[in-house]
Amino acid sequence: MKALAARRHDRRAPAVLLLLALLLTGALYAVLAPTSADAAPAAPSADQVETGEKLFQANCATCHGPDATGTDAVPSLVGVGAAAVDFQVGTGRMPMQMNGPQAQAKPAQFDEEQIAALAAFVASLGPGPAVPSDEQVDPALGDPANGMALFRTNCAMCHNAVGAGGALSQGKFAPNLWETTPAHLYEAMATGPQNMPVFNDATLTPDEKRDIIAYLDLQGEDAPGGIGLGSLGPVSEGLWAWVVGMGLLIAAAVWIGARSS
Amino acid sequence: MSTTTSAPTGGQKAAAKTADYLDQRTGIGGAVKEFARKIFPDHWSFLLGEIALYSFVTLLISGVFLTMFFVPSMNEVHYDGPWPAMQGVEMSEAYASTLRLSFEVTGGLLMRQIHHWAALIFMAAIVTHMMRVFFTGAFRKPRELNWVVGFVLLILGLAAGFSGYSLPDDVLSGNGLRITDGVVRSIPILGSYLSYFIFGGEFPGHDIIPRLFTVHILLVPGLILALIGLHLFFVVLHKHTQYPGSGRTNANVVGYPLFPVYVAKAGGYFFIVFGVIALMGATMSINPVWNYGPYDPSPVSAGAQPDWYMLFLEGSLRLMPGQTEYVLFGPDGWTLSLNVLIPAVVVPGVLFTLLALYPFVESFATGDKREHHVLDRPRNRPFRTGFGVALLTAFFILVLAGSNDLIATHFHMSLNDITWAFRFLLFLGPWAAFVVTKRICLGLQRKDRELVLHGHETGQIVRFASGEYIEVHKPLDAHERWLRVQHDAIRPVEIEPAEDSRGVRRTGYRLDRMRQRLSQVFYEDRIEPVTPAELAASHSHGEHDALGSDQEKAPAQLLGEGAPTGGGRRLRSEDETDADGRNS
Amino acid sequence: MSTTHDHGHDELEPRDTAGSDLALRQGDDAVDKFENPGFGPHRPRRSDVEPEANKRAERQVVALFTISILGTLGFITAYFALPPGETIASMRVSNLALGLGLAFALLGIGLAAVHWAKSLMNDHEKAEDRHAQRSSDQTRAEAVAALKDGAQDSAIGRRGVLKGALVSSLALFPLTIALPLIGEVGEDWNVSKFKRTMWARNKKLTIDPTGRPIKASDVTIGSVVHVIPEGLHETEAPLDEKAKAVVLLVRLDPRDIKSEQGEGWSYDGIVAFSKICTHVGCPVALYEQHTHHLLCPCHQSTFDVADGAKVVFGPAKRPLPQLPITVDDEGYLVAQSDFHEPIGPSFWERLR
Repeated sequence: MKALAARRHDRRAPAVLLLLALLLTGALYAVLAPTSADAAPAAPSADQVETGEKLFQANCATCHGPDATGTDAVPSLVGVGAAAVDFQVGTGRMPMQMNGPQAQAKPAQFDEEQIAALAAFVASLGPGPAVPSDEQVDPALGDPANGMALFRTNCAMCHNAVGAGGALSQGKFAPNLWETTPAHLYEAMATGPQNMPVFNDATLTPDEKRDIIAYLDLQGEDAPGGIGLGSLGPVSEGLWAWVVGMGLLIAAAVWIGARSS
Repeated sequence: MSTTTSAPTGGQKAAAKTADYLDQRTGIGGAVKEFARKIFPDHWSFLLGEIALYSFVTLLISGVFLTMFFVPSMNEVHYDGPWPAMQGVEMSEAYASTLRLSFEVTGGLLMRQIHHWAALIFMAAIVTHMMRVFFTGAFRKPRELNWVVGFVLLILGLAAGFSGYSLPDDVLSGNGLRITDGVVRSIPILGSYLSYFIFGGEFPGHDIIPRLFTVHILLVPGLILALIGLHLFFVVLHKHTQYPGSGRTNANVVGYPLFPVYVAKAGGYFFIVFGVIALMGATMSINPVWNYGPYDPSPVSAGAQPDWYMLFLEGSLRLMPGQTEYVLFGPDGWTLSLNVLIPAVVVPGVLFTLLALYPFVESFATGDKREHHVLDRPRNRPFRTGFGVALLTAFFILVLAGSNDLIATHFHMSLNDITWAFRFLLFLGPWAAFVVTKRICLGLQRKDRELVLHGHETGQIVRFASGEYIEVHKPLDAHERWLRVQHDAIRPVEIEPAEDSRGVRRTGYRLDRMRQRLSQVFYEDRIEPVTPAELAASHSHGEHDALGSDQEKAPAQLLGEGAPTGGGRRLRSEDETDADGRNS
Repeated sequence: MSTTHDHGHDELEPRDTAGSDLALRQGDDAVDKFENPGFGPHRPRRSDVEPEANKRAERQVVALFTISILGTLGFITAYFALPPGETIASMRVSNLALGLGLAFALLGIGLAAVHWAKSLMNDHEKAEDRHAQRSSDQTRAEAVAALKDGAQDSAIGRRGVLKGALVSSLALFPLTIALPLIGEVGEDWNVSKFKRTMWARNKKLTIDPTGRPIKASDVTIGSVVHVIPEGLHETEAPLDEKAKAVVLLVRLDPRDIKSEQGEGWSYDGIVAFSKICTHVGCPVALYEQHTHHLLCPCHQSTFDVADGAKVVFGPAKRPLPQLPITVDDEGYLVAQSDFHEPIGPSFWERLR
């Protein structure tokens, strides 16, 4: 679609190329992220921890403190585990750009190796959830039907029935999950970033987490009935009924009522 | 088909025979003679009601299709079908049959989407049609009863939509039913029993889907059909209203004959309405119940909202602060949940009562007992137009309040701030809308007066021998002018004093006083249409610019055509005589 | 200048003034008004004056009807060639093809008919007279006489007992339908069921929907568990019970807990509240880990879990009822008792 658009409107080519590049980066990242994850559970080398500590002192210690114990407003990182770092830094939420109701996702500030090093350092501070393996997050191995049942009970109230996102109080929100990588989905469940609650392995077993990932893998803009209208429910349907339906019908009525020239 | 009257073809003979057969048994000839060439006025806004009618027919057609496959049962079954995220899931038969008719019946999904889109369009068309009738004053005598019929149809439309929305037994509509249960329970004394009445025991029970099914496919559509019949019967009986214009009076109806023009236009419009809805059903997904899952009382999803026509209730519930729940008569007393009753019962009650009773209030205020068949231009009734816009504004604010979570996510705002803003706007918005609309109406009326008195600016500057410059204004021709001066100037009613000449208090004075007060609210601020005398005065005077302010009547200076005048406007007075000549 | 000022507008009026006995005067009568100028000139259409345009319009109408026929044929083809199949893509293609076929079939007819009417049918406006709705005085008098005659014939006016019997029987007979309906429609009408749930002493808390029991040690701080009572699916009406018994379990840092609804109702920072909103009964489920706020997605009532689930925002008034919990010998979380007050939305006799 976007390539077609580029051919039709030459002026927009640079923007589209940029988009394509971003998409490519995202895709590459999706492929690469689990590989780096593999390394984490295996005992990280002292080298990696050291690199991580340097990165931490340079980029994170201003807020989280030199010993990573945080302050009243900033959480301690002792015991959050490598999964939390891989999620927060990998989705660009950390380092935080500005204060706000919650940290926003943005392009990641560090490369794979740096993130792995940071994760290794934080994991060395105290035991916490590790970065999941490829197999743990492979949608093909999950049961989407069970995933849907679990998603409905545990996630849909904030993230919407198919993961399109939703509002929380005071400007916070639960993000759309369609573009989130399986590894990040898993890490978010395991660590409870921002205001999201924690779903540990007793609440949602690793298999159940994978089922949820399998369910989300089926979701997106595609709907059997046509354009998905953002999967936002009756409000967007009502808006479209007025804009498209009543718009076309009133236009037709005006045509019928107008005198032929 | 080239036929001549002299030699009837086989087809014509057959038609004549059929007609003869029918007429001998029904006397249908009289009806054909009466109705075939009945005149209907032409205007696009008269087709809004037809959208409602035709989308209802679309609902009937697609609805019959759906009933062939839908099973209104709450028995539990396990899903076995093509949808991967549902394999083996326990669900009610109603939900399973909805999935089956969507995924396994060829054309079933199309029919379901057509049915739902048609329902949204049906309600939207009813509301727009009602707005047209309201703003043009088409509800005035003799059509008050038909307004009430239309109002009941609006309520029945809501009932039809609500009962149908819940049938698939999914999580979204199930939570809607749960909210209904909560609202019903808040009703004093009877609440709990009404809840049992609806659900056949405790929520959700086993009866609600079959019950709603009967309501949805028999009771409500039967009533709607009957009332549509009555509604259209009234239209034929009263003959359609028409917009003001040259040649259109209160005693005639101007337009095109039913056969063939309206058979083609209105008949064709049915296909257009159905076609547009089919287009929506083909391309746009609606109510994907497989996303929400089968009903279970525990889950809920973000964006839990009803269809648009119920959204104002949702908004009203969201805006209400919770402090207003009281326990009456001591700590173990009776619970009165005004935090639910006010937004869910009182607010819609007020909105709908105002709407239903408006024609009667207006006719009381004006004391107007005449029949009206020529429509008002909305600007000529500033109070009514302002009131209508205020009511719509309140409705719209409630709809937005019902969507506040989506506003919050899409515009990156705080849910709580939005709610607070709407709490104030619900009171300020309608008031501001009323004032602004009324001022705009009065302004447009002034513009009309201005145009009638001065004519169109031509851009031509003329210099007189005396050195005076004037711009030549082209007066309106009689048809242009008529549109702007045809309406009645309604003034507040005047009543007889409370006491007669002997100082005896008159009976009925209080009612009259009330009527006068109301009438003043309606008509105190007004601009009156230009009278011939004013026009003549403006032509004979250079001073006409002073005319046209509020409530100011033209000085009764009827100067003859030949009276000596100053100013240049006499240059084009031929048009005037021309126009007048048409009528005499 | 204007002598016939009442032309048109008030022709229907004289009859109606008979009814206006009030001391009212219309404000708008008897002022001089412009006269209705009568019909404007008829403007011919291009298809009226140019034979070529006329022919073209006819061809367009034919083309539109043809599109409709093609649409129907397309629909039939799609019906046989494109069944919904097993995948989202095939379902969408089937729906799209059928829908477009139907839309073209319908729009073709509609646009053709309207275009025909607009460009080819006679467009001279015609006028028809209106008549006042009110029937004439004579008709009214005859109608009244007819009713009087009928009443006379039945002699109902003089037979009071008969009248009473008629009215009573008509008024009473609907009871034969209403009584069983009202008697049966609400099942047993025992509305006190609202006040009890299936929670009881030592009933295990289990995870919704899997039914796994929960060990207190398995609940980490900041986590939330959606809970159903053990044995829910074995009950007679599981959905009815679930609608009342669902509970939300949260573990807080015990230092964060400001208040509870009952002494000793929590266990080591683990608190359990009814998930059914006290406003109108939606499941309250959006838990914010850091603020400890619980938000209802339906009407946005917000409850502070750390402060006895008190309402901090929105249309609810009462806190969510707390379920007293403890652990059994094996460390599983169990209820101490049922809720101490009715859960869910308020109702009139809630506290009786």
